[in-house]
Amino acid sequence: MSRWVATIRAHRVAAVIAFLLVFPLLVPYQALAINILIFGLFAVGFNLLFGYTGLLSFGHAAFLGVGSYLTGIGMVHMGLPWGVAVLLGVVSAALVGVVMGFLAIRTRGIYFSMVTLALAQIVYYAFYKAERWTGGENGLRGIQVPSMEVFGVKLDFLDPTTKYYVILVFVAAAMWFVSRLLASPFGAVIEAVRENEQRAAACGYDVARTKLLVFVISAALCGLAGALRALHLSVVPIDSLHYLLSGQAVMMCLLGGMGTFFGPFVGAAVFLTLEDVVTTMTQHWMAVVGAVFMVFVLFFPAGIWGSFMKRLEKTA
Amino acid sequence: MDITPSLLALQLVTGIALGAIYALLALGLSLIFGMLTVVNFAHGAFFMVGAFIGLYFMGLTGNFWFSLVLTPLVVGCIGLVTERFLVRPLYGRGIDYPLLLTFGLSWVLIEAMRVLFGIEGLPSSTPPELRGAVDLGIGMFPKYRLFLIGATAVVVLALWLFLEKTRYGLIVRAGSRDGEICRVLGIDIARVWLVVFGIGTAIAGLSGVLAAPTRAVNPEMGVHVLAESFVVTVVGGMGSLPGAVVAGLLVGIVFSMTSLFAPELAELSIFVLMALVLLVRPQGLFGKAGHFG
Repeated sequence: MSRWVATIRAHRVAAVIAFLLVFPLLVPYQALAINILIFGLFAVGFNLLFGYTGLLSFGHAAFLGVGSYLTGIGMVHMGLPWGVAVLLGVVSAALVGVVMGFLAIRTRGIYFSMVTLALAQIVYYAFYKAERWTGGENGLRGIQVPSMEVFGVKLDFLDPTTKYYVILVFVAAAMWFVSRLLASPFGAVIEAVRENEQRAAACGYDVARTKLLVFVISAALCGLAGALRALHLSVVPIDSLHYLLSGQAVMMCLLGGMGTFFGPFVGAAVFLTLEDVVTTMTQHWMAVVGAVFMVFVLFFPAGIWGSFMKRLEKTA
Repeated sequence: MDITPSLLALQLVTGIALGAIYALLALGLSLIFGMLTVVNFAHGAFFMVGAFIGLYFMGLTGNFWFSLVLTPLVVGCIGLVTERFLVRPLYGRGIDYPLLLTFGLSWVLIEAMRVLFGIEGLPSSTPPELRGAVDLGIGMFPKYRLFLIGATAVVVLALWLFLEKTRYGLIVRAGSRDGEICRVLGIDIARVWLVVFGIGTAIAGLSGVLAAPTRAVNPEMGVHVLAESFVVTVVGGMGSLPGAVVAGLLVGIVFSMTSLFAPELAELSIFVLMALVLLVRPQGLFGKAGHFG
């Protein structure tokens, strides 16, 4: 049993990708699978900052939203091909990350959470007011990707299965990147900063620079999730920048297991499935999800996947 | 539009009235944080609950003053239950956990209000005794907003008297300085935390009742207010009570004056203020250097 675990651990990216390849077959309908992919990536990007570096940001919706909006604007207002638009989305999100990170890193502890929330509100208001570009309250509409040409093969993006696997390519690449990052010396520094900032500084690491770098990388990953979401939905709702979406990232991470590689995906899957199931039973899903979240904070802070991993470690 | 000195002065007073609500909210937040080291992410939700319950009592009894006294008590009780059963188990686990818990609580509270009062919210109006305007010498000013300023001043004074002049206030101040020593001296610090959390949330509920006639009362009203009260706390300095009051008034004035000159930028202006404070003095105007910045 422990040999299995060790093998999977060593090849975690391959394991995750393998799982995600067959995932659509396990899920009742494709749209949910695609949503889980996108929000899984969002949660993974957030987890890099929260679970691994120990910085609780409540403003990550800004990066998802900026990624979505800039991709949309690139395609609708500037006529860019979808690939370039996605790149634009990611880079823009990273730039917003630089600015937000620079201001937020100047604070420590709980200030950080409050400041990131407030800074994300600036982005929300700015995009809300820029109606000419973003459509204001109605959101950005008309993002069309009917067909894609990849290495001479024509793909119908509107077919849910094709859409899933195209998005999976991006998500897989991002997961591979995150895995490499975490396994690198930089990844060790990140976790050192989480465990004890002063000790990390005493060891000679530039803590502020490390934090800022992780912040920007996290922003870029969430921006990619946002870009993919824009392609998926064909619209960008103004809610993409709302504080409640930032909160969803936090919830998904905790539900799944912060500081674990696959946890955020589990969290996203559980959260979105719960949302789906509960909304058919009652319109008060926010209360149900809020209550479930509180139960996890109180009794299962390691999350589903995190608790599972801990159990495996004990028996191994 | 003519920008006359009296217009500026009137706008300033409007800003103070707006700032009064911010100051009350930030006071509650800082009180809870200073004492328990807990960031109450449900603070905006308690504000919203206060507004709803206040309007409900008003509708029930037709008496604004009755509602003004009873609502903070009800909201404070919800706060007491929250601290005792939800927040207390998390002490010692790390600073993020009570924050996360209160965040989840805010979702439940928002939905609870939707269940009880509907998703549209409640229509609010100024209580009949406080309608109309008063001539301030610089122009006509709504009576209710003057009442707001006055009520806030009374609450701040009462809180100051409680903290500075009573024995229990002394315990609260000592507890926020060093909880462990208080425990060593035989004080039941858990009880003090419970009371302080109750007082903090009661003040949030009170600010909700007071603010209800001046804005739309719906389940989402607490979300924006939460971000704004965080701005006030960052500007003033977390845990600092004078900072909460000064920063609250400052933020209200900045918002009000910006709406006079550039209305579209009004909401952004307070966040720009926060960004400036972060650049120049990250611990806030009254905060201790090195503590959180």
